[in-house]
Amino acid sequence: MENSTNGLEVVYEKVPTLTDTLMHYCPGCSHGVVHRVIMEVIHEMGITEQTIGVAPVGCSVFAYNYMNIDMQEAAHGRATAAATGVKRVHPDKFVFTYQGDGDLAAIGTGETIHTVNRGENILMVFVNNGVYGMTGGQMAPTTLAGMKTTTSPFGRDVATMGSPLRITELIANLPGALYVTRQSVHSTAAVRKLKKAIQLSFEYQKLNQGTCFIEVVSNCPSGWKMTPVESNQWLVENMFPVYPPGDIKVPKPPAVNN
Amino acid sequence: MIRGTVVIAHDVCKGCELCIVACPQECLGLSDHLNARGYRFAQLNADTCTGCVNCAIVCPDSVITVYREPKKKGSRL
Amino acid sequence: MGSINGTSETKLMKGNEALAEAALRAGMQAYFGYPITPQSEILEYLIIHGPKRGSVVLQAESEVAAINMVYGAAGAGARVMISSSSPGISLMQEGISYIAAAELPCVIVNVQRGGPGLGTIQPAQADYFQAVKGGGHGDYRLIVLAPNSVQEMADFMFDGFRLTEQYRIPVMILSDGALGQMMEKVTLAPDGSLPLTQKPWATTGKPASRERNFITSLHIEPEMMEEVNLHLQRKYKELQKEVRYELHHTDDADIVLVAFGLSARICEKVMDLAREKGIRAGIVRPITLYPFPSDILREIAEHAGAFLTVEMNAGQMVEDVRLAVNGKKPVFFKGRMGGMIPTPEEVLAELESIVEHQLLHA
Repeated sequence: MENSTNGLEVVYEKVPTLTDTLMHYCPGCSHGVVHRVIMEVIHEMGITEQTIGVAPVGCSVFAYNYMNIDMQEAAHGRATAAATGVKRVHPDKFVFTYQGDGDLAAIGTGETIHTVNRGENILMVFVNNGVYGMTGGQMAPTTLAGMKTTTSPFGRDVATMGSPLRITELIANLPGALYVTRQSVHSTAAVRKLKKAIQLSFEYQKLNQGTCFIEVVSNCPSGWKMTPVESNQWLVENMFPVYPPGDIKVPKPPAVNN
Repeated sequence: MIRGTVVIAHDVCKGCELCIVACPQECLGLSDHLNARGYRFAQLNADTCTGCVNCAIVCPDSVITVYREPKKKGSRL
Repeated sequence: MGSINGTSETKLMKGNEALAEAALRAGMQAYFGYPITPQSEILEYLIIHGPKRGSVVLQAESEVAAINMVYGAAGAGARVMISSSSPGISLMQEGISYIAAAELPCVIVNVQRGGPGLGTIQPAQADYFQAVKGGGHGDYRLIVLAPNSVQEMADFMFDGFRLTEQYRIPVMILSDGALGQMMEKVTLAPDGSLPLTQKPWATTGKPASRERNFITSLHIEPEMMEEVNLHLQRKYKELQKEVRYELHHTDDADIVLVAFGLSARICEKVMDLAREKGIRAGIVRPITLYPFPSDILREIAEHAGAFLTVEMNAGQMVEDVRLAVNGKKPVFFKGRMGGMIPTPEEVLAELESIVEHQLLHA
């Protein structure tokens, strides 16, 4: 049953910075929401023509099929290096990376730390869902203690497989990190906060004072073997205690002149 | 009560139900039959929609367009 | 671009520094590097002179990061160069495969050192296979130029940028520690003698006037991936017209030395010594190692008695010489490994024994 729309005005619709390509993400996956929020900010800030995104290998490897801006697909773990290359030759453009936890906190750890340590003037969007999704749900550095994945089938054993890696707190200590925050998209309020954080990051990028880093604690219905609704509840009860949402590092007011 | 409604791209929806749990009016539900891609899809089950946009905000696949009654002339938005 | 270098200049320069200076004059817009002997002077020279002449110069945290910075900058349309030495070039192989698949223009300089493993810092040519047979995963090739003087270290920067942008195939300059470290007279072309080219495919930020650009090497549908491969192979065939080599006395030669880079200089001495002894020796010096000068070798095999390939490795280019000659005439090999440089005398001795046993009693 659809109510007629005559007499009503549109208050929310898909932005043109998202292509019409159907997303390959599993039903209820946070990636779709994070893609949408970034593209809404780029559209609403009117910077479509000045923004270049870099997405490496992971579930988001096909990001360029969905993000209707100039994009590069980088090697696994190397998105921030590629983004450094892009930003250095186009310092006036907005550049962001869009990475998963395996990419940013395992194979790309070296690039992650040194990109932030150089204070590279880019935004790093870090989708942390605790598993390698694209390859079928293997353990990632951010997999929780005791959490079952296809490569920690009996639960992650901290004694032999180490503890969940809180990379966001780690890079927040680097002077090059200007703005570091952890968000999520499990609820309407959370999505609104993420959008604010992304908008703020692009504003900060105009100031060229360091790297902006947004971790988005996300779900993986398929990898966690749950329904989307269950996964967002599980996320709150299990991921948030280890990865508490909230700002971790915010520049002092003088850095923001608007 | 503000009147609103939603238009859902039934053939794109993957039936993840995130909009259903996000709707304060509880006026969304899953269809009985499947769309072309084999998913049950979200649909409006009641006319209590206020156009609050909650559903569209959590939708991973941007399938929801939200409409709302325009504010009375002259009232500040 | 600084106009101080608006005229051509002749100077005495170290190979690495001549290459770096030439890169700036050739319009380089970005360089990413990492310290490794024997090529660190390239990074050091560019850190001083690059930024004030309009080039990004960045020391990365690893060669893996550096080659992916090249991917980003080249994908964004900049004229980009990167340099390293053997172990560092090995670290870059995955990145180079991505760059080749995405058809991004760039110049990669390998100032070779003795290997394998950490090896030594002395000059060698043991990365020939890696350079000419692709090097990383998948079917792709690089255009490979092999300088054998400080002058060519400089000149090949211009050729490298021109070829890589013309064909959108990465170009490797395969040099070595000796060429990098030694000083020779070099004439440097003026700034701006290689104008920048248009790159409508680059990710510069999508204006409303065009569809968005995206740089990728991912083509999940095999039909699409095969099409990309067929396209690359067509381009590699086109490269045949870019073959370059140098000949010395091959028209009357009984025995022909085949050598590239530093080894070719040694062979010039060997040829003179041989001719003094009445042995008609000649040289074929491949300058493009890919595309490989097979045709001229086949042609010379019609009249030459035998070939002697001289390399600073265990015998790599010799295989391509044999493929070219295809059994028509015998192809021998003389090499030194691990950073040792063959002496003219020992190569001459090998040459004389071949003439003695093969040609006179054949």
